[in-house]
Amino acid sequence: MTAAVRRSAPRWIPVAAITAMGVLLLVLALPFAALMARASPGALLSRLAEPSVVQALRLSLLTSFAATAIVVVLGIPTAYVLATRDFRGKRLIEVLIDLPMVLPPTVAGFALLMAFGRMGLAGQWLRVLGVTLPFTTLGVVLAQAFMAAPFFIAPVRTGFAGVDPRYLEAAATLRASEVHRFRRIMLPLALPSVVAGTSMCAARALGEFGATITFAGNLPGVTQTMPLAVYVTLQSDLDTAVVLSVLLLAMSFGLLLGLRAAPGGWWGLRPRAAHPGSSPTR
Amino acid sequence: MLRIQVRRRLGSFTLEASLTATPGGVTVLVGESGSGKSTLLRLVAGLLDPDEGRIDVPGQVFVDRATGESLLPEDRAVGYVAQDYALFPHLAVRENVGFGLRALRRPRAEVRERVDLTLERFGLRPLAERRPHELSGGQQQRVALARALVIDPAVLLLDEPLSALDLVTRRSVRAELRRILEGLSCTTLFVTHQPTEALAFGQQIAVLESGRITQCGTRDDFLRHPRSRYVAEFLGINLLEGEIVERHADGTANVAAEGGVLSVPDPGQDGPVRLVVHPHDIVLSTEPPAGSARNVLRGAVEEIVPEPPGGERLRILLATRPRLAAQITRDASEALGLAPGRQVFASFKATGVLVLPG
Repeated sequence: MTAAVRRSAPRWIPVAAITAMGVLLLVLALPFAALMARASPGALLSRLAEPSVVQALRLSLLTSFAATAIVVVLGIPTAYVLATRDFRGKRLIEVLIDLPMVLPPTVAGFALLMAFGRMGLAGQWLRVLGVTLPFTTLGVVLAQAFMAAPFFIAPVRTGFAGVDPRYLEAAATLRASEVHRFRRIMLPLALPSVVAGTSMCAARALGEFGATITFAGNLPGVTQTMPLAVYVTLQSDLDTAVVLSVLLLAMSFGLLLGLRAAPGGWWGLRPRAAHPGSSPTR
Repeated sequence: MLRIQVRRRLGSFTLEASLTATPGGVTVLVGESGSGKSTLLRLVAGLLDPDEGRIDVPGQVFVDRATGESLLPEDRAVGYVAQDYALFPHLAVRENVGFGLRALRRPRAEVRERVDLTLERFGLRPLAERRPHELSGGQQQRVALARALVIDPAVLLLDEPLSALDLVTRRSVRAELRRILEGLSCTTLFVTHQPTEALAFGQQIAVLESGRITQCGTRDDFLRHPRSRYVAEFLGINLLEGEIVERHADGTANVAAEGGVLSVPDPGQDGPVRLVVHPHDIVLSTEPPAGSARNVLRGAVEEIVPEPPGGERLRILLATRPRLAAQITRDASEALGLAPGRQVFASFKATGVLVLPG
């Protein structure tokens, strides 16, 4: 049967597909190759120690780590509720959470300014409490978290929803409360998704540009993260821009590659072996 | 003791059952797939809520629609073994077995001690550090049982505990499971679609047909008074529906049953009846029988089925009117030269027929 299907498939299909993939890869890879070609290892190393580079790198690592931490802490309960409950207005909340994925970052930054700016809706109250967000490092964290949250929530929610309900039911009949079931069954079984979501979120936060520059401005050492520094140095100091770009490229690449490598290795958990016997019937 | 009286709708299907499980014994709920047996277990476990009714054990009301009480699954004194065991794939055998005690927040030392005892009791000591996917089907079943029993449930629920096993393993695991269940003090509710399992395990057997319990009793009750065709079929006995057409002075009566007329003991009244004919009471011959049997039917052999599979006895399905199944030994069958298509005479005494009101 399979052999017959294979024989009758036209030859040109794989050729066309491979050609299409080749063109796409070329478009994707050429800019990176060009960037790498521009960076000589010697210049790279000498520029690495430059104060402006170190400053931007430190700020980027700090803010994207903080943003990711906030998203993880708030995102896990959110993803859990979305994965396990049905309620009125759920659709609306889902759209709201996904919105930053497609929203132009400048619009997001502007909206943040309207909300948390000095004269903003919540900003006035925050000022009373002595908290200022716009044009501060905290503002950078907020902008990054805002833009990166959907990249965490989407996969984690799918991961939670994908945990076989039989395990949760078994745990319930073994006296486990919902909190216990979540901690001991759902979270460990969905861990690959949580790791994936965290990497995606961190990568997105690291690369955030538009919302940051709109909401938090471009103050070196305070709000000038690496993507902003690339944009600024591009016009004055091309070599520094290259160094920063290569650094960002390497970090993003590392995060995404780590994410690809991780899920297969978790627990040595093979999906096929996890479900003994036949599928249950009612 | 477990008392169940519930009604629950699922789409166009309605389960309406009332059942009292034998205290400390095994009650088997048998029915075809889709008859609602798993649903009933889920209602007891609290994984599903009834629309109406009440389920309780001494000292704990699981659910009572009349008062609005309903305990969460984690608050019910049940142990539930799902059809394919649902062992936690990321936890070792020891952690799987200890899960319930840890959920109950028992002190570490106590958890350790009770888990060790249970592992020992179920012969799982050497497998304690393995993950579920490294176990055979029979071992997985033992882990699932140990995991459910370590917290001393009042009621043990088993959903098709043998169906996830291949045929060879099933035979040995069945004997072992029976030994384990015999040693338990809790009330067990065992669900299966296999009549042989029902007969092997059930001190009490309840038959579920499209959401209703059609018969409930001991194994002997079933053999003596099968109440539906399904029950008769799973017991392997002939159950015929008919109507009395004539009653004789000699204490017999003629019954028109499914295309033929049979002579049976007079039940004392007219009307519809059901007739039970045990397959081993039917004598087969290739020549017209010379004996005193009142019922002699002629028909072709339709199918020959060894019983049990590969066994010494054969089940002969006959295209007589009414249709019958007879049971004879392999030797007898060979002596008669039986084969599908062969015309035979099936004879049985009037007194060999059990007459039940229709």
